[in-house]
This record gives sequence, C-alpha cells and structure tokens, in this order.
Amino acid sequence: MLEVHDLTKRFGGLTAVDGASLEVPQGAIVALIGPNGAGKTTLFATIAGFHKPDGGRVLFRGEDITGLPPDRICARGMVRTFQNTQPFAKLSVLENIMVGAWLRTDDRHACQQRATEIARRVGLSDRLDDMASELTVAGCKRLELARALATEPRLLLLDEVMAGLNPTEIAGIVDVVRAIRAGGVTILLIEHVMQAVMSLAEDVFVLNDGRIIAHGPPAAIASDRGVMEAYLGRGAAERLLGDTAHA
Amino acid sequence: MSRTALLACGGGLIAAALYPLLFGGSNYAVNLGFLVLFAAFLGQSWNIAGGFAGQMSFGHAVFFGTGAYASTILHVSHGWNPWLAWPVAIAAGAAVGAGIGTLSFRAGLRGSYFALVTLAFAEAFRILANSVPFTRGGLGMLIKSDPHPANLQFRDPIWFYYLALVLCVLSLALAWWLTRSRFGARLAAIRENEDAARALGINTFREKVRVLALSGALCAAGGTLYAQKYLYIDPSIAFGVDKSIEMLLVSMIGGAGTIFGPLIGAGVLHFVSEVTRELGGALPAIKNAQPLALIVYGVILVIIVGYLPDGSMGLFRRRRALPQGQGHA
Ligand SMILES: Nc1ncnc2c1ncn2[C@@H]1O[C@H](COP(=O)(O)OP(=O)(O)O)[C@@H](O)[C@H]1O
Ligand SMILES: [Mg+2]
Repeated sequence: MLEVHDLTKRFGGLTAVDGASLEVPQGAIVALIGPNGAGKTTLFATIAGFHKPDGGRVLFRGEDITGLPPDRICARGMVRTFQNTQPFAKLSVLENIMVGAWLRTDDRHACQQRATEIARRVGLSDRLDDMASELTVAGCKRLELARALATEPRLLLLDEVMAGLNPTEIAGIVDVVRAIRAGGVTILLIEHVMQAVMSLAEDVFVLNDGRIIAHGPPAAIASDRGVMEAYLGRGAAERLLGDTAHA
Repeated sequence: MSRTALLACGGGLIAAALYPLLFGGSNYAVNLGFLVLFAAFLGQSWNIAGGFAGQMSFGHAVFFGTGAYASTILHVSHGWNPWLAWPVAIAAGAAVGAGIGTLSFRAGLRGSYFALVTLAFAEAFRILANSVPFTRGGLGMLIKSDPHPANLQFRDPIWFYYLALVLCVLSLALAWWLTRSRFGARLAAIRENEDAARALGINTFREKVRVLALSGALCAAGGTLYAQKYLYIDPSIAFGVDKSIEMLLVSMIGGAGTIFGPLIGAGVLHFVSEVTRELGGALPAIKNAQPLALIVYGVILVIIVGYLPDGSMGLFRRRRALPQGQGHA
C-alpha cells in the first residue's frame, strides 16, 4: 500500500527526517512511535505532500507520489489527520465532515448522508449541529478522524488521535479505529499510548532523531525496557512505561 | 430553505419591486433605492471572495474600474452596443480576478498581504488609466447621452433601479448557492483553515483563483452599470480607493460571509449617509456632510468589529455560534 524509501526532510540546518524507510502492507494497522521531536509528524507531513522532501521516494499503491501536493494525494486515497487538530472552527460538525465527503460527490444530499453516516461511526451523531469550536479535545480528535474518513481513503495517517484523552475515550477511539480497518482501510498511526499501539498494531516502526531505529511486532518492541530506554531516551521510556498508570 | 425564509424572501422581493411605485416614482426615493441595491450588489461581489472564501481585498475597485472602462472603451471608441460590451466587461473582470489571484496566490500571499497587493493593483490600474491614451487619461470618458433601452440608457431612473434590483437578486441567489454547494463548502473550508482544506483534497490555489475571478466578474458588471447610469468615468471614479473601501465596509457592517450581509450593510450605510446629510443641512457649520458621514461609519465599524464580529447578521445567527455560556437566556 505504502512504501517510503530513504525519505529526508530538512528545515534549514535541522534534519527532521533523515533517510527514513518504512512499509505499510494493505489492510494492516502499522504504528510509528518515537519520542517528542523525533520527526514523526514531519515524516507524515512529507509523505502526505505537505513538505517537499529533500531526498527519497514515496510510493503509494505502486505509484510514485513523491512531491505531489496534498490535495492530489488525498484524491488518490491517502489522507492525514493533524496532531494539533485543525477544525473548521466556525462550521458545524456536520459541515466539517461534509467538506471531506464533497471530495467524492457533488450531490448535496449524498454528501450529507455520507457525512451523517461517518459521524455515527466515530460517535459524533449527537453533536452534528454544534460548532466545531465547541467540541472538547476528544470531540476534536473524533472530528479529525471523521473528516479524513469522509474522503474515502484507502490509507489513513493518524497523528496522535488519542493524545490527551482519558482511558474511556481512548477505548472508544481504539474501537473506532478497529472498525475502520475492518471496513477495508489501511492505517498508519503515530501514537504515544502504548496500550493502544499494543492492541491495534501488527507492526511498529520506531523513529528517533529522524531515523528509523527499530521495526518489529509490538510485543518485541515494547517488552524490552532496555531497548526503550536506549532508543527513546528516558523521558519517552518513562511515558511509555508509565502509560498504564496515567492513561 | 425553510417556508418562513422563502416567504420572507418573496415578501422582500415584492416590496423591493413595489418600492418605487409607493413613492410615486419620486426621483429621490428611486435614486436612494438604486444606491442601496447597487452598493449591496458591489458589496456582494466583495463578499463572495472576502466573506465566503476569506480572501479579503482592499482593492476591489480594480474590478469595478476594469468593467467600467472595458465597456465604455468598446462603446465610445469602437462603437459597440453597451449591451454587447457588458458581457465582455464581465469577462474582463473575471480575467483580471484570475490574473491577480494567480499571481498573489502563487506567491502564497494571505491575509493582510493579499489585501495590500489588491490595493496596489487597484492603484496601479488607476495610474495606468491616467496615463495611457485609450482611456483618455485624466480627462475621463464621456458617454454620449442617448436614452433608449437598446443603448442601456434610460430616461426614467426607475429602470436603473430595476436593473440594480435584478443584479442584486442574482447576487443573492449566487450567495445562497455558495451556502449549499460543493464550491461554497470548499471556500468556507479555505476561509477557516487552509491546511486542513488541502489535507481533505481541496486544491486551494485553484479554488481561490476561481472565486476571485467570479468576484471580479460580478464587480465588473457593476462597473458597466455605473458608467451607463452616470455617463462619465475617470480613473479615480473607476479605480478609487473609496470604491474598494465602500464594498468592504458594506459587507463587514452587514456581516461578511452571510447572504444578506451586504444588503443590510448597504442599507445601514446609506441610511447613515442620508441622516448625516440632513444634519449637515441643519448645522451650517458642517458645510460638507461627507466627513461627518465617514466619522459615523467609522464609529459603526468599530462597534461592529468590537462587539459583533460576524456583522449585524450575527444578531440573527444561530445562538450556538456564541461562545459557550452566553447561549442561554
Ligand atoms: N515547519 C517546521 N520548521 C522548522 N522546524 C520544524 C518544523 N516542523 C518540525 N520542526 C522540527 O522538526 C523536529 C521534528 O518535529 P516533529 O516532526 O513535530 O516531531 P514529533 O512529531 O516526532 O514530535 C523538531 O525538532 C521540530 O522542532
Ligand atoms: Mg508530532
């Protein structure tokens, strides 16, 4: 589904993504983890066309999409969400989701139906007429997910959709993500909530300082505390290991 | 549209159609009505780009002037019938909109940078119109008076009133369509958050160029109508900053990004204008009512921006648009 080869992105002197390679097979849920500032969001943004890469290639469904603009990439079926949620603040929840749904239809009725259906799937049914600016953090995360889903993607890039949520809310989103995959959408997700990574992903890539430093099934990555400490640094290891305590 | 909204619109339309007759076709009333409808139409042209798509311009006069000059040059210098020159003028407005849009959006200009660039374009066009021979420079262009419907000139101002009414209604219909269509949803998305819009598959550059072309076309249509009504244009009438400001003001005061905002804003503006004119007459110290009117506009604008960021239309908006806690009464 997605192949990333030696992707590099520099901001001035800072190499945020440094020759990162990863692969996401069709139908899978793959996780990308790493400490804050590792370059995960930048990697996502570069894959999705928001940054022009300084090197490397991105193949999506076998086609080279390196350097295409985000809207063209979205039209081809790959869509990202934003870690810092970017709602259309003065539009209603339904209107927000409809913006995504308009990509595949120009019929208002069909668009509205599709958006309503997606709102149901992510649990926003009772907030349809609310302004997006009135949503809680959890609501905004669901809205990010809903809008992206409304574009009918084949591959969904989720950037920390669970950050800042309480355990109940996380459990809710985990179920939603699982249902999305069951609906045939491949998922690549950035996540700090290890519990969620463990229960969702079949494959994990670890990014540190812009480089992929480990890759494997979640159990192998997470069970080794030493690897965690060494690869992710103390702060992240603490967060990941302490995750069950606070999340 | 709901039944009540439909009835209200129908009622408004009938009232607007009967308005000149109610005043026995008095020239004062008809001209005032024309001014309000005409300002509402130009305001709507601004609103489509500035309100619905969030691409606020300080230089919409560039489109107004393009329309006015295009049809007048074709008519006066090349003998075209104004009715035929009108669509060409509209196309010219669209082309200038697409051109300015392409240049500024290609360069990634947003917000106040975009606004200032449009202002610069309007000024550049004004200076150009002052210096090139085919506009007859600062002398301006006179259209020979020859009142006949076939010449797009009318002896009775009532016909300009109805023409402005038709344009105004068309522009309202266009604005209404923007609240329901895919194009309109894309514009709203661009206004609210361009990055999110791009992520969701919207070609923001293309949509912004399109909306500026549409806005420019509409505004240029107004330019031609102005030239045909007053039979004279010069560079500062056509491309003057005051034209740009009025379009923006009408829209902001009434409520940018709303269907009826420009119409309401135009009503308020001309009401203020008339009242201050009366006051000016009563107080001989104020020889010229213009500065007074500007001061009153300024105060209204400050109040609107300070307390009603969505314009006066915000008063009628859904309550939940208010910040939480203010919505209950
Ligand atoms: N637009 C940008 N311009 C300059 N530096 C950036 C930009 N975006 C991210 N960075 C830097 O790149 C590094 C990686 O950031 P990011 O991709 O957000 O990490 P993560 O998502 O893993 O926390 C950080 O040092 C960050 O400051
Ligand atoms: Mg990040």
